[in-house]
Amino acid sequence: MSPLWMVRRIGFYVLITLVLAFFAVPMLWLASAPFDSKPGLGLRWPDWTFANVAATFEHPYALTSLVNSLVLCVVATVVTTVLAALAAYALSRVRIPGRDLLLYLLLLLSSVVTGTAAMVPIFVMMLQLGLINSQFGTALVIAGGMLPAAIFILKDFMDAVPRSYEESARVFGASPWQVLGHVVLPVARPGVATIFVWAFVNAWGNFLLPFLLMRDVGQQPAAVLLRTLYDEGGSANLTVIPVFSLLYSIPVVVLYLFVSKRYGFRFHGGIKS
Amino acid sequence: MDSSGLGVRRALGFVAPALVLIGVFLVFPALWTLYIGITNYQLTGPAAANPRIVGLDNVVEAVRDPLFTNSVWLTALFVLFSAVLGQNALGFGLAWLLRNVRPWLRRTVEGFVLLSWILPGTVVAYLWFAVLSRDTGTLGLLLGSPETAWLVQYPMTSLIIFNVWRGTAFSMLLYTSALAAVPPSQIETARLMGASGWQTVRDVVFPHIRGHVLTNTLLISLWTANDFTPFLLTAGGPNHQSEVLPVLIYRQALEGGQLGYASAMSMLLLVGNLAVALVYVRLLRRRA
Repeated sequence: MSPLWMVRRIGFYVLITLVLAFFAVPMLWLASAPFDSKPGLGLRWPDWTFANVAATFEHPYALTSLVNSLVLCVVATVVTTVLAALAAYALSRVRIPGRDLLLYLLLLLSSVVTGTAAMVPIFVMMLQLGLINSQFGTALVIAGGMLPAAIFILKDFMDAVPRSYEESARVFGASPWQVLGHVVLPVARPGVATIFVWAFVNAWGNFLLPFLLMRDVGQQPAAVLLRTLYDEGGSANLTVIPVFSLLYSIPVVVLYLFVSKRYGFRFHGGIKS
Repeated sequence: MDSSGLGVRRALGFVAPALVLIGVFLVFPALWTLYIGITNYQLTGPAAANPRIVGLDNVVEAVRDPLFTNSVWLTALFVLFSAVLGQNALGFGLAWLLRNVRPWLRRTVEGFVLLSWILPGTVVAYLWFAVLSRDTGTLGLLLGSPETAWLVQYPMTSLIIFNVWRGTAFSMLLYTSALAAVPPSQIETARLMGASGWQTVRDVVFPHIRGHVLTNTLLISLWTANDFTPFLLTAGGPNHQSEVLPVLIYRQALEGGQLGYASAMSMLLLVGNLAVALVYVRLLRRRA
């Protein structure tokens, strides 16, 4: 217990505290402002009230937009997870001609072609297809953007499922669909769950694509409505914004708690060095 | 026959739906960017009905456009300081420091870092308005200068600090799993031989995780360069001082209606993304 050791120990905890404060302080607003009688863009001890909550529930579009978000997000997430699982399984097990090139292209696509870089053609394409304001169309665009990365991550999980399981199942006469449904997917469940949660969080928070493609306020998801509340009428609607932000964040926080309790929030394999 | 009993034909059937979606909503738009980029296509007006091919004029115009060069410079600053330096260093620092602390402390710190990563972008923008706004903002109160409007006076610095806060979680997770693969005996040996923390990281840990550092730097650089969240915080303002490329493209295309010109800029962004990715692949190969 030399003095130097003490100093280093104290320095260490000061450092950790500062980092913790850096990450935590911005979030305190989400706990105080929704229940403050005069919510503002700043942190203060709230003058407790539930009036803002009532006002938010009465807002004509607040609850609809959360439902819209849910529809958009569930469609995009389910499409991504199901299609990525099928493709990852086939790519993991069968030597389709050109497989390695395809995987390489998928890896490049997943990080090089982004919604931001392709926003103009996506907008023009959906405009010409008459799919502006279409929940389903927007969900498919979001899913298309997530698929390359999803396939890539899931393939690693599928590769880790022992092939002998499938062989035994086939010896007992299982069809390929039964093998996939009853043997492979249950074993690869952590991977499928990872992709599901990852896709859900991404689609739930996606702002740019619905902002481009959903122009009708009654159809807009929460991400876009929350932004509209800021510009509407030239000044921010501070009664509704904090409560609505909180409501909109809850699903993500719940998912996070679920995942960290169930699986631990870690990278398992997946990322290769 | 393969172990799954699928056969090539059924396997193609499994892959096809995903490839169709990727083809229609990702590859096709990317290629179409190249085409729209060489036309004078506009959102409204005569050029909307009959766009004319103007060849590389858009690209030449973009390179000469001070708004574009300004935006490229800001994007480069944004990527360098917030991702390559900021998220990388803080992410590694957290992974390194949190190795041996008590589990509850580790979970708490990691929990907040992860939350800042997964909360929706629009919500996060309000959280940072509350930190950076004038008069009532938290930072102003803490530093005793409530009259500073941080997002107006220091827009780029604000965005950089914001993005470090927003994206460090990924680097932290990646480096945590990378550090788990470094043999503890080597770190212990270095400590017994009297190496300082920094020397241990440089000479013992870094050689093991070099591939992870490259992967991480590539991914966070590309994400940061293509991030649209700056639009939510500053919308490029004031006076283009924080107009990173994604924001410039959006404003030119949807606010200015210059679809052809904006596509040419998108094309340059795509080329930039591709160049960064290929440089990375080469670096990774050279190591192997």
